[in-house]
Amino acid sequence: MSISMIGLFQEATPAADAMDGLKNAGFELGSFDVLTGTPYPEGAFGEHVPQHRLFRFPAFGAIIGFTLSLFLTAATQIAYPLVTGGKPILSIFAMLIIMYELTMLAGVISTVIGIIFESRLPNLKMGAYDRRITEGWIGVVINLDDESRADDAEKVLNYAGAVEIKKA
Amino acid sequence: MQQKRNLSQEYTNRVLLNGTLQTPKWWAPTVAGLGFVVLIGVIIIATMINRGLGLTGLSRPVYWGLFITTFVFWVGISHAGIMISAILRLTQAEWRRPVTRAAELLTVCSLFTALVFPLIHAGRPWRIAYWILPYDISRGIYPNIRSPLIMDPVAISTYLTGSTLFLYIALLPDLGVLRDRTTGWKNAFYTLLALGWKGNPRQWQMQTIGGILLSALMLPIFVSVHSIVSWDFAVASAVEGWHSTIFAPYFVIGAVHSGVSAVVTMMALMRWLWKWDDFIRPEHFDALARLLIVVATGWLACTFLELIFALYGQDAPEIALREMQIFQWPWNLLFIIFMVTGYIIPVPVWCVKKFRNNIAIMFWTSILVNVGMWLERFLIIVPGLARRTPFVFTWEAYRPSPVEWAIMIWSFAWVSLLMLLFSRFFPLVPLFEQKESQVFTDDIQIGRAKVPAIVREVE
Repeated sequence: MSISMIGLFQEATPAADAMDGLKNAGFELGSFDVLTGTPYPEGAFGEHVPQHRLFRFPAFGAIIGFTLSLFLTAATQIAYPLVTGGKPILSIFAMLIIMYELTMLAGVISTVIGIIFESRLPNLKMGAYDRRITEGWIGVVINLDDESRADDAEKVLNYAGAVEIKKA
Repeated sequence: MQQKRNLSQEYTNRVLLNGTLQTPKWWAPTVAGLGFVVLIGVIIIATMINRGLGLTGLSRPVYWGLFITTFVFWVGISHAGIMISAILRLTQAEWRRPVTRAAELLTVCSLFTALVFPLIHAGRPWRIAYWILPYDISRGIYPNIRSPLIMDPVAISTYLTGSTLFLYIALLPDLGVLRDRTTGWKNAFYTLLALGWKGNPRQWQMQTIGGILLSALMLPIFVSVHSIVSWDFAVASAVEGWHSTIFAPYFVIGAVHSGVSAVVTMMALMRWLWKWDDFIRPEHFDALARLLIVVATGWLACTFLELIFALYGQDAPEIALREMQIFQWPWNLLFIIFMVTGYIIPVPVWCVKKFRNNIAIMFWTSILVNVGMWLERFLIIVPGLARRTPFVFTWEAYRPSPVEWAIMIWSFAWVSLLMLLFSRFFPLVPLFEQKESQVFTDDIQIGRAKVPAIVREVE
């Protein structure tokens, strides 16, 4: 049975020590994480920095938005060909304005989808968590497939100075 | 002197959630009062839609009046959010922290309100569907994409959607805080909205990078929106005073002037009403006032450039219009009030540090700016149409009717009501931004002085 354990710390340094301890004890990099109520400078806990692909999302969205808006603006003019002053049916500059807006709109929507996806949300299983994290406490969470190494993890957390350890 | 407050995360939560987890005594009566005004406004709007635009003072040749003036005004106010949030976020301005959420919210509420005015101004709002939606009706007529009246709804809808999503993404960490401090249906509500936010490094990284990315995407939209609004007028070549090439930048900078002033008004109210003295401090007003001096002066330059462009062309109708706007009763009185409230009083006041740090003075000067900026829009829109020109077969002076005034008052009550309702469920100051400021700041010793130093991450 999988188990989730959280060690709570009041200061950043012991939390970073716990992260180092878990690494040294041979726990897999993805199996433990640090939870904070505010962003900390990158690497403050010696944490594993995850790779992300967020920048691909707006580019992908913008391509879709551009294509759809090109079709929309061209098709509406061709469907109702109103000749104005003997000029071509497709009014490029007017099309560009609407295409620009819709390209940006699709870019923004896909960025938001990207942020949510890359944040691994929605996260239906909260696992081990404590409300004091949003009051400035720092949580070091370990997710284990079975209970065989639970004692090792608890020892590391205690050794680093965890104020409290909770299991879920 | 450097200002810094050492505030714990627990204290930050407690104080900044004082209007969300508890109901302030003034909140319910204020909401009830605003709700009453909104209800009256809705009844008046419904009556106008039922009886027709004859209830307004609009008549040929003045077919755009108070409604369109108020529409442009609210679109202008909406520029506060992105100006403050995106630009200051991109430049990592430290003083942005207590301001961003309120500014973004102001954007969403004012844009939402602005959208109502073209709808009701059309007389029969349901016909807007024929105008903007590309679907095949029986006559095979599609929207004319060459018209700014199509570009406008597209731009404003883009801006409204983007701003709303921007506001929501930045709310996620605070929704987690609220989820942790509520029970019952409220807990279920925040749990649903927080999407399971935990605050791991991956999520924080996405907040930081995503915030910057969204800011960078929203900035060009923000510039385009008011440019397109200005083209509603600028492409009307038959109306003097409207077909000016400076209109797009002029509208954008005017919008920033009124929008940032509205943020100042809101910041002062937030400090007074929710007692957030530790978070919204005189230094924030000082920084906003410095920004406003630059923006207001740029806006003044555009105002004079618009006049110079008009006069330099030696076009007799254009010169006649300017003469009417500036020297003829009652436009001259409005012009004087507009200049005095939009620039002549506020900017010299903001040049004095003592006044910039005085929140009451900042509040009243910001109100003055928006009185002036509303009049500016009125003076751009109405005189151009009202001037008597040759070969016009009907001509009537424009006097806004009580119905128009009432709907304008409704819009102010509506925006205030929306913001107060938001404040009851969500924090108006971003909690995590405040806490981040504490984590990323430390005192360092330089010689004999101890100064706060801010950590900045390189992306």
